[in-house]
Amino acid sequence: MIEWFTWVQLAVAGAAGLLCIVLGLAGRVPNDLTNGALVLVELLLIAQLVVAIAAPAFGNEATGSVLEFYTYLVGALLLPPVAIVWALLERSRWSTVVLGVAALAVAVMVYRMLQIWTVQQA
Amino acid sequence: MTEVRNARGKTRNGRRMTGIGRLLVAVYGVLALAAIGRSFVQIASRFEEAPLAYTLSALAAVVYVVATVALIRSGRGWYRVAWATIAFELTGVIVVGTVSIVFPALFPDDTVWSWFGRGYLFIPLVLPVLGMWWLATHRPSEADAA
Repeated sequence: MIEWFTWVQLAVAGAAGLLCIVLGLAGRVPNDLTNGALVLVELLLIAQLVVAIAAPAFGNEATGSVLEFYTYLVGALLLPPVAIVWALLERSRWSTVVLGVAALAVAVMVYRMLQIWTVQQA
Repeated sequence: MTEVRNARGKTRNGRRMTGIGRLLVAVYGVLALAAIGRSFVQIASRFEEAPLAYTLSALAAVVYVVATVALIRSGRGWYRVAWATIAFELTGVIVVGTVSIVFPALFPDDTVWSWFGRGYLFIPLVLPVLGMWWLATHRPSEADAA
């Protein structure tokens, strides 16, 4: 796990979450901006997956439970696509809030992944 | 735009999940995912350490999944399932939350309900109440007996 990349990812997911919740409460239906924010969150998660697979080969090992780490990562990878589909099935302001909740959940999960990799002792 | 029509139109057909209800379902889905993930890790890696707590974790995960599905589906049958699972959740979070504080030895590791769901921003405590409010205000119509 690359720590600075993970912090960037946390910032993006948190910002995307707040943006979508604010726009949703303001009455906006899902649009290119809010859906795009979730796509960006998903792309960063895929990058995180690639990094996580490659890192041990470069001596960058998780200090905590690898099983728990990947459970969070796989769960987080599922969230943005499901949220986008769920939001497109009915395009209302609440669908935009749903996008935001998904992005914030990803942020929490990424933070847990960071703890598992750097702080948690197996 | 289509959202205005969709926002109310489906209620007539017994579809409960429109508008803010879709947010409720989304939060339920996230909680179901969290409960599944935690339970999977606990059972796969250290079940023998706390069989009671981990079995309860798995049970809670299944109930959250069923509740999520029941909220999405329409019809009287699913409506009852939704009530039953949500009532179970509220009971679970209150009983397990209390027991985990009074007899911490029984729950050496966290479940989704320990300390009234403290590890999950107390969402497990608040969500069943919101779910019950939603169900009470969105009863299935007579024509929708399924």
